[in-house]
Amino acid sequence: MTLLFQIFLAFATLSLVAVGGATAVLPEMHRLLVVVHGWMDDATFTQLFALAQAAPGPNILAASLMGWNIAGVGGLAMATLGMLLPAAILAWYVAGATHRLRGARWLKPAQFGLVPIAVGLIGASGITLARAATTEWLTWMILVISFVFVWRTKYSPLWVLAGGGALGVALL
Amino acid sequence: MSETRIPSRAELFLGYAKMGLLGFGGVAAWSRHIIVEEKRWLTEREYAEILGMGQILPGPNVGNASVMIGRRFHGLVGALLATCGLYAGPLTVLMGLALLYDNFADAPGVASFMHGIAAAAAGMVIATALKMGQNLRPPPELIAIGLVALVAAAFLRLPLLLIVFSLAPIGVWLSIRRAYREAPAK
Repeated sequence: MTLLFQIFLAFATLSLVAVGGATAVLPEMHRLLVVVHGWMDDATFTQLFALAQAAPGPNILAASLMGWNIAGVGGLAMATLGMLLPAAILAWYVAGATHRLRGARWLKPAQFGLVPIAVGLIGASGITLARAATTEWLTWMILVISFVFVWRTKYSPLWVLAGGGALGVALL
Repeated sequence: MSETRIPSRAELFLGYAKMGLLGFGGVAAWSRHIIVEEKRWLTEREYAEILGMGQILPGPNVGNASVMIGRRFHGLVGALLATCGLYAGPLTVLMGLALLYDNFADAPGVASFMHGIAAAAAGMVIATALKMGQNLRPPPELIAIGLVALVAAAFLRLPLLLIVFSLAPIGVWLSIRRAYREAPAK
């Protein structure tokens, strides 16, 4: 019980400083789980994070996987709730506040002023992914084809993801 | 801009489940594709405004956006459905992968398959940022803010907290200033 509560508390703390998502709090997550609490060793931490990166879905699910590793299903539930709940509650109230302020003439421009940061950071995460993924000419080719396909068409990006995977199996 | 349509509760859940399950390399690119292009729940501009607010709040921006978008269409039930849709599917996949990990990691082809997907996902994410920028047509000073954020995160590797909290006030100020100059108060 105390362990589960500690897990909840650790991830809830992380959640509130996680501006930019899971990757942003990776160093702090490592400090809390490995150094402060000693719940896992370095190798396990790295392996779990890599696994969560390889799987689909929000990167924040790395937290769920770590909770599971520490204390089974209860740990998984506590880590997931801790990571999601504080941020979700905050987002709920902020959405309510913007709804109430919807008549204010500064609101739309203020919101639009945050957009370039979000778009710039999406671009940055793409570049970070590209750095890790492009190890030889074939992966560069897959990246460029995928880039042009998603940029210039409205077709589902699923085609290039599947195609990229298939080319990887055939040629890498 | 094309017409938008309001999703039913089931559509909201299923749309978010799809984003979660297909979201290799993060869900931001899929989230935009499904909400803006495929289902047309929001215009590019509406979606970007919600994502921008999700970005300055703690937690994943797409997760924060799921709460706000769910609430907009169906209140508390909508926020819960969108958020559960986003996390439940991938969480199940992830647990399956973790259980199979020892066999799975060494199976022939798996590493190459994931490697190919990762390269395609990187291209997809970069293209999404470019496409959003083109569709939103921000004024030059906001393009500059976006490029500073990109360089600071991708090349200087500054902490996101620092990037977001130093650029947010500047972006908001520049954007409000332009709006007031273009349409002075009556």
